[in-house]
Amino acid sequence: MKEHVVVIYPHPDDEAFGASGTITTFREKGIPVTYLCGTLGEMGRNMGNPTFATRETLPEIRKQELIRACEILDVDLKMLGYRDKTLEFESTEEVAEHLYSYLKDIKPSLVITHYPGHAVHPDHDAFGAAAIKAAEKFKEEDRPTVWAQAISRTHEEELGGPDIQNDVTPVFKKKFETIMAHKSQADGMIAKVKNESDDIEEATKTWLGVESFYTWQF
Amino acid sequence: MEPIEIDVLQKEIDHLANKDVYIHLETTNGAYASHFNKDAYNVGAFIRNARVQYERGKIVGAGTTYRVGLKLDIGWIYAEGVNQFELNQEGRLLMAGHDREGRLMVALQISEKPFQY
Ligand SMILES: [Zn+2]
Repeated sequence: MKEHVVVIYPHPDDEAFGASGTITTFREKGIPVTYLCGTLGEMGRNMGNPTFATRETLPEIRKQELIRACEILDVDLKMLGYRDKTLEFESTEEVAEHLYSYLKDIKPSLVITHYPGHAVHPDHDAFGAAAIKAAEKFKEEDRPTVWAQAISRTHEEELGGPDIQNDVTPVFKKKFETIMAHKSQADGMIAKVKNESDDIEEATKTWLGVESFYTWQF
Repeated sequence: MEPIEIDVLQKEIDHLANKDVYIHLETTNGAYASHFNKDAYNVGAFIRNARVQYERGKIVGAGTTYRVGLKLDIGWIYAEGVNQFELNQEGRLLMAGHDREGRLMVALQISEKPFQY
């Protein structure tokens, strides 16, 4: 099977914090990556620091940040048009069908998404569940591998350690650049890290230098 | 957005009284509150594009934090903690309260046209 990676996350910046190192590693090998981004993060509460966005300008600002981040990562971006915070109230079946409409054309070898029930934000849990349901629509022999990302504080205790642990420090420059593309969201994080260290990139590296996933068992 | 100037903002609130307007009202402490601090609770609420008419609207407070109340025919709309405002390019009146890190905690927005998205 020809390799093609599809990343399925609900918010602009999920890809940056969660998987941009892994994505970079795939792109360096020439493997195509498509990002299906669910929402524009319209209801995010970070407005930049100092604030430069409002509730009404945030969607367009985050859209531009997302487009820029995907240029940096050199991935194909599809914006799916759901609304931030509302994914768990949509029909899982309909969202899965929507995701599958992309997957059946792309025929990915690997799907990266959130681990439902262990992804903290309700949108992460709901979109992860729909992504897995979409992968289930393939016949077993055509089904992509799914890497599910858990971020809950209890995941190691409840699921055991993640089987995929990508050290992304060799490509961290790119990861940091991708995070910084999401300026409206990164400002808050930077302020937090700044309190602890002068070298923000180095400090961020110790915090976000490993990207880990669980291979989903269907 | 700019720090609230009570006289300017009161005029804008008065201007929107007694007509059909659309309201966006929200409060949030973020989806990660109890993730970062297990003793915290996640709370939040929003309503977007509620169409109402208010007969009187008033902003009260001083210094860094204000309350806004809109008196409806059969009820009230209330927001506490707003500290910035803006009349944006589309003529929508935006009011919001942000914490020290610039994160939105509360928003009350009034518009004669429905909000987008
Ligand atoms: Zn997210």
